[in-house]
Amino acid sequence: MKQKLYASLDEAVADIPDGAQIMFGGFGGAGFPNNLIQALARKGTKNITAVSNNCGTREGELGLMFKNNQIKHVIASFPGPHANYFQERFAAKEVTLELVPQGILCERMRAAGAGLQGFYTTVGVGTEVAEGKEERLLEGERCILELPIHADYALIKAQQADELGNLTYRLAARNFNPIMAMAAKTTIAEVEEIVPVGTIDPEHVMTPAIFVHRIVQAKGLRYAG
Amino acid sequence: MPGNGIHEKVMPGNAIQQKVMPGNAIQQKVMLAKPRLAREQIAQRAALELPDGAYVNLGWGIPNLIADYLPKEITVYFHSENGILGMGRRAKSGEEDFDQVDAMKVPVTLIPGASFFHQADAHLMSRGGHLDVAVLGGFQVSEKGDLSNWKIPGAKDSGGIGGAMDIAAGAKTLIVCMEHTTKDGAPKIVKKCTYPLTGLACVDTIITDLAVIDVKPEGLILREVARGWTAEEVQVLTGVQLIVRQQIPEMSFA
Repeated sequence: MKQKLYASLDEAVADIPDGAQIMFGGFGGAGFPNNLIQALARKGTKNITAVSNNCGTREGELGLMFKNNQIKHVIASFPGPHANYFQERFAAKEVTLELVPQGILCERMRAAGAGLQGFYTTVGVGTEVAEGKEERLLEGERCILELPIHADYALIKAQQADELGNLTYRLAARNFNPIMAMAAKTTIAEVEEIVPVGTIDPEHVMTPAIFVHRIVQAKGLRYAG
Repeated sequence: MPGNGIHEKVMPGNAIQQKVMPGNAIQQKVMLAKPRLAREQIAQRAALELPDGAYVNLGWGIPNLIADYLPKEITVYFHSENGILGMGRRAKSGEEDFDQVDAMKVPVTLIPGASFFHQADAHLMSRGGHLDVAVLGGFQVSEKGDLSNWKIPGAKDSGGIGGAMDIAAGAKTLIVCMEHTTKDGAPKIVKKCTYPLTGLACVDTIITDLAVIDVKPEGLILREVARGWTAEEVQVLTGVQLIVRQQIPEMSFA
């Protein structure tokens, strides 16, 4: 059986190459893979395309990666009021941004995970978001075509993992994590606790192990913003 | 839609279909000096639009104040885009759990019957027409109910969309709470939005520091005015002809 447990955060991200497209979970300070982000900062991977709801809170969350200039392009919904390192890089044209409505960001990732080639939506019709996108009339509504967002890696945060990679999340720390877990080729989960297989009630599994490739116990930061 | 009955109120007898003309610069200056409602009062008025038992999303800014003004006799299930239905009041010092935050990152409590889910389901609720009411802030609302609320033209930073476009596209009833004019006195209710758009023809009701206005196919219908204001005075600070069909009552708060 394939071993998914990693002994350290650094080992869990050791093979992430320059130029990788990476999803980062988390919202509102909750559910960020802060310890994996720090490991990726230590590794120094460059030219990353990041997919994330926001762009960091000062040095916290993705802020560190912008401070270190590791990200060249970001697909985000709401960079956020304290994403100062991102905004500096953005103003200096060192990073480019695709802004996506938040629910559409979710669905484009879900399309990738679900093997769908995209979908039509009324969201964003007539706005900047629609520029360059195919528009058609469906069920009497103007709609635009949205394409999937894939990733090489997803870095996510969960509460509990069993050794197979079945995951649970805590409260509203779930947010983007289950969606990203399904969308990436390799999903790396940092978790508070690793338990033996069979410990998590199958009815309580929130992300089934099939979507999770690496598990590492987080040692350090829970909240970084 | 419960609670919307008031929107459809037909005036007894032969309703007056009266159009009030936009004002000149001098009138505007006089009007801009008059006292208006506070942000909290806009929120308090908006709270009365929420029907008992409704599923409701509150956006950033004035809408976020509404929860404090809910009438005691009603229960509303507040929805948060990060995956909570049934948010209660903000957590007090000492009871905060930073895994249980609202869309503004503030730790919150839950009411009985609350649930958690992931972000895709949270937005599915917005887009799929499951939310009864959403209340958003606004920079501009047009005559047709187009909304601009996410970016100020010429701003140096990136701006951010968040959940606003999903909500604008899907909520059964969309209320916008905002000041009636910009800080410079320019009308925020306009013929055509000049700020980047959030959604087309999505707004149902506008609640400002001067008035309550309903967006209907025939135009913008003035429903209430703030204390001390007349329909004519509100018109002076509005960029669109308001339709005045009745003696306009004062904005109520209870």
